[in-house]
Amino acid sequence: MGILKTFVLGGVHPAENKLSANAAIEAVPVPKQVIIPLGQNLGAPSKPIVKKGDQVKTGQLIAEASGFISANIHSPVSGTVLKIDQFIDVTGYKRPCVFIHVEGDEWDESIDRSDKLETHISLSSEEIVARVKASGIVGLGGATFPTSVKLMPPPGKKAEYLIINGVECEPYLTSDHRMMLEKGSEIIVGIQILMKALLVEKAIIGIENNKTDAINHLTELAKTDERIRVIALKVRYPQGGEKQLIKAALNREVPSGKLPIEVGCVVQNVSTAFAVYEAVQKNKPLFERVVTVTGKAVKKPSNFLVRIGTSTQDLIDAAAGLPESTGKVISGGPMMGKAITELDTPIVKGTSGILLMEKTESRRLVENPCIRCSRCTYACPMGLEPYLLTKAAKLGKLQMAEKEMIMDCIECGSCQYTCPSGIPLLDYLRLGKIKVGRAIRTRIKK
Amino acid sequence: MNKFTIAGSPHIHGDESTKKIMVGVVIALVPAMLVGVYYFGVDAIRVLLLAIIASLFFEWLIQKYLIKGTVTIMDGSALVTGILLAMNVPSNLPGWMVVVGALVAIGMAKMSFGGLGKNIFNPALVARVFLLVSFPVQMTSWPKPAPITDGLADVITGPTPLGIVKEGLGNGQTMSQLASELPSYTRDMVGNIGGSLGEVSVIAILLGGIYLLWKKIITWHIPVSILVTVGVFSGLMWGSNPEYYADPVFHLLTGGLMLGAIFMATDMVTSPMTKSGQIIFGFGVGLLTILIRLWGAYPEGVSFAILIMNAVVPLINKGFKPKRFGAKSGVPIKAKSL
Amino acid sequence: MDNIILIAVSALGGLGLIAAVILYYIASKFKVFEDPKIDEVESALPSANCGGCGFPGCRAFAEATVVSAREIKSLDGLNCPVGGNEVMQAVGKILGLEVEAKDPMIAVIRCNGSTTHSPAKVKYEGANSCAFAHALYGGEGGCQFGCLGLADCVDACEFEAIHMNPETGLPEVNDKCTACNACVLACPRGIIELRKRGPKDKRIFVSCVNMEKGAPAKKNCKVACIGCSLCQKACAFDAITITSFLAYIDFNKCTLCRKCVEVCPTNAIHEVNFKPRKPKAETLTPEKSVSGKPLADKQLVSDSSKTGPENKKEELIETKE
Repeated sequence: MGILKTFVLGGVHPAENKLSANAAIEAVPVPKQVIIPLGQNLGAPSKPIVKKGDQVKTGQLIAEASGFISANIHSPVSGTVLKIDQFIDVTGYKRPCVFIHVEGDEWDESIDRSDKLETHISLSSEEIVARVKASGIVGLGGATFPTSVKLMPPPGKKAEYLIINGVECEPYLTSDHRMMLEKGSEIIVGIQILMKALLVEKAIIGIENNKTDAINHLTELAKTDERIRVIALKVRYPQGGEKQLIKAALNREVPSGKLPIEVGCVVQNVSTAFAVYEAVQKNKPLFERVVTVTGKAVKKPSNFLVRIGTSTQDLIDAAAGLPESTGKVISGGPMMGKAITELDTPIVKGTSGILLMEKTESRRLVENPCIRCSRCTYACPMGLEPYLLTKAAKLGKLQMAEKEMIMDCIECGSCQYTCPSGIPLLDYLRLGKIKVGRAIRTRIKK
Repeated sequence: MNKFTIAGSPHIHGDESTKKIMVGVVIALVPAMLVGVYYFGVDAIRVLLLAIIASLFFEWLIQKYLIKGTVTIMDGSALVTGILLAMNVPSNLPGWMVVVGALVAIGMAKMSFGGLGKNIFNPALVARVFLLVSFPVQMTSWPKPAPITDGLADVITGPTPLGIVKEGLGNGQTMSQLASELPSYTRDMVGNIGGSLGEVSVIAILLGGIYLLWKKIITWHIPVSILVTVGVFSGLMWGSNPEYYADPVFHLLTGGLMLGAIFMATDMVTSPMTKSGQIIFGFGVGLLTILIRLWGAYPEGVSFAILIMNAVVPLINKGFKPKRFGAKSGVPIKAKSL
Repeated sequence: MDNIILIAVSALGGLGLIAAVILYYIASKFKVFEDPKIDEVESALPSANCGGCGFPGCRAFAEATVVSAREIKSLDGLNCPVGGNEVMQAVGKILGLEVEAKDPMIAVIRCNGSTTHSPAKVKYEGANSCAFAHALYGGEGGCQFGCLGLADCVDACEFEAIHMNPETGLPEVNDKCTACNACVLACPRGIIELRKRGPKDKRIFVSCVNMEKGAPAKKNCKVACIGCSLCQKACAFDAITITSFLAYIDFNKCTLCRKCVEVCPTNAIHEVNFKPRKPKAETLTPEKSVSGKPLADKQLVSDSSKTGPENKKEELIETKE
């Protein structure tokens, strides 16, 4: 196959641990009650349009976008709205949520529930964008950026490539992998829809080389459309980052502080492409997704098709229970996921996995003094100097941190992963980003 | 109830640790140590043990009673300093001088800056230079190598190849006249020459260097840039007048250059953080080494060169930034003054 | 020989002379006029350079006072919290202005979610920074308003006036506090407030900032304000307002009658530096039955009583175990 493509700067290669790679996607039963957080996407939280006592159907709109960067939310179940109240979500804070008591599973009539593959795209470009927006689709890779916003390039900018992210560089997670294997044809149609919406003629699917079955499968399927190309990438974290993926696939560098559209690219996750297919061809809004439940001690590592709002506990039960030795529960992967405090935390659109980590595995190293070994600098995929930024953040030297481009940090955690002294580099980088971000905002206000 | 842990990502960690790095360095030093012991016998073992024990002891003493902080002698950094110190002195150095050296290395060069990771200068080299300046006679009477297999003979002292050249040229002799006095390159490679305990065998040091590169403890930038600079610069001088300047191969194989380039200059704490900076650093070390060797008062200049460049490291770190993602390619972003 | 000495002396002397002329010229050419009063004011200031006045340092504050005095003939809005009234009077005197006396203030920590009152449900690992932990999650005890216990306020304090109490995991303010506001800004949760020191350092405040409803607040912390409004009813001076299930005592209206302290069912209202009460009124004990009645057999007294009257100035935040 020759030399595999990858990005140039930095990166690490953690143990892959894809325990659930061979577990077929399995639908978990609809729970008795769902709790749907109103802030599921990047940007403004959605505004509820139902009230206590309302009857809702599966797929019915229950909260609408409250700004440009915001998304609609649809009921994942049919039943009665119990209340709109505060409940803990993945951020670790209590946020407004819609509580729905489940009664049966009656779907909205407009949704096409057949399994038939619809390949003919009848909608126009504008209609596709409108449908994607109405269906509340957000980036399912974890960033949850509203997809419709990405499909509308700012005036004067033209997309040239659509890049489909099937990298899944996070260890443990396999939801995208399974989607590519099981929903390949739908994903290809989803890509064609996205291409039509963006008016681009070239699409690239980037997949890491540890998923050869998915590469072969999609390459085979993409033969029908010569505009779509599948490329195998060397396994390297954080290749799933937008900027790194574009660099790996096209050797283009997104300028600092700019979006991928600057170099003519739009990046979408494979699961997002599938969601787009369902929204456009089946009129089904986004209310369920595939979530990997995994961990070294988990008896049955699985990939579940889950309704949004199901509690984490339900999923853990479906994967044969919480192991005794669990020390940390993570929503997402081990490199960028968020540790959650309570098992009641509901699954949201951005939850790609639930990782139950062993006490021994999740423990942090004892912090030793920095020996200036530069490993963090070598590992940084953005070419930053984490040791320096950490020092600046600790001492409150915000000006220096900003000059050293702290805001370019993508929080991938490669620096901290590689630090032999066990310094919580990313903790301090985040702290620095919070402080510098605040300083920049006040400056802009002035 | 099971109490979960909450922490920011990443939740996993690579298997590197400070201790692992230090142990790696020690392993890499083993071949050179063995050669030292082979050629310099029991004396070499004595110096090695003394330096290691004294370094660990002073680190423990200072951390426990002077700083009153946590004692971290088990992290291996004092062990590495001790070994490197021993490798940088003649094997016939009186024991108390070795102990003084360890005190200077740990107390003056390391702990007074705040301990591991905060020192500006390489501790072992500071100690070596301190000893060289304080006890010039003892520090420059090199024992003649006598393989341990030949039995325990009386130690005879003899000059190092660099010393022969320096003195010979100083007395008005030419290189071709000196050639008969100099050991062959094969002897330089194996280590059958006069010199400090650990610097004699090029092959043993290179073996260690390859191990360090393989284990990714060091990168190639510093050693290669030093050796290339020394080679090119000494080659130029040799080309201009082969009778007055030694050839580049001689410069590369003799003295403490290999030890310095592979073990001393690559010390993480005292070398630049970026690869471009490391190349500049290596260039500086190479240049200064040759300048001192050819025109300085001392026959050997690696330790001075490294120490001088150590002092410049903070400046190099300011000036040479890694290539930022999304910046114009090839142009490192200069740190603007604040 | 003499010649050489002469040449050396004259050459060096000449150099010195030329340098002096150049220096003099430059000094007079580039002289910046500064109001001498700035220096005077600055010398009257405490030179802590803490930034409590809102300026980057004492010099900047001195400049601001001089400008203000020149342009609006008053020092309104300018105050050195560290120096207090004394210093401001002195500054006023230098500038020839009357300065109104201000009430002395002190930083007050409005959270009592200690390890016993709000036991940890999860374990935090990571950077020792409240600002970071605040961005990461709600809090070990589950209260997302309460103190994170990672001492950002202690780091912010220039006067060593705040220390962490290792037993409770909460910060404590001592008498060195100058009310410079640094800790207030440092706390990501807005727990610390500057309040009136009060007569003889007596003060009453609600030691809670939880804005949740009663039940969820109480679930995470035994001493949370549950917004029951009993204190509001007990207050005869309209000093207590309740917003988002959280009581707040206006220190300008409060007369320190202590009625609210008695009625609070969760002991969220604290009194500091008061004389111990008669046994009947020992409502400050943290141990209480669920019904809200004090447990009579507990012989607990307020912290202020332990320190005795001569130590009244000691600022003590309620942290009894």
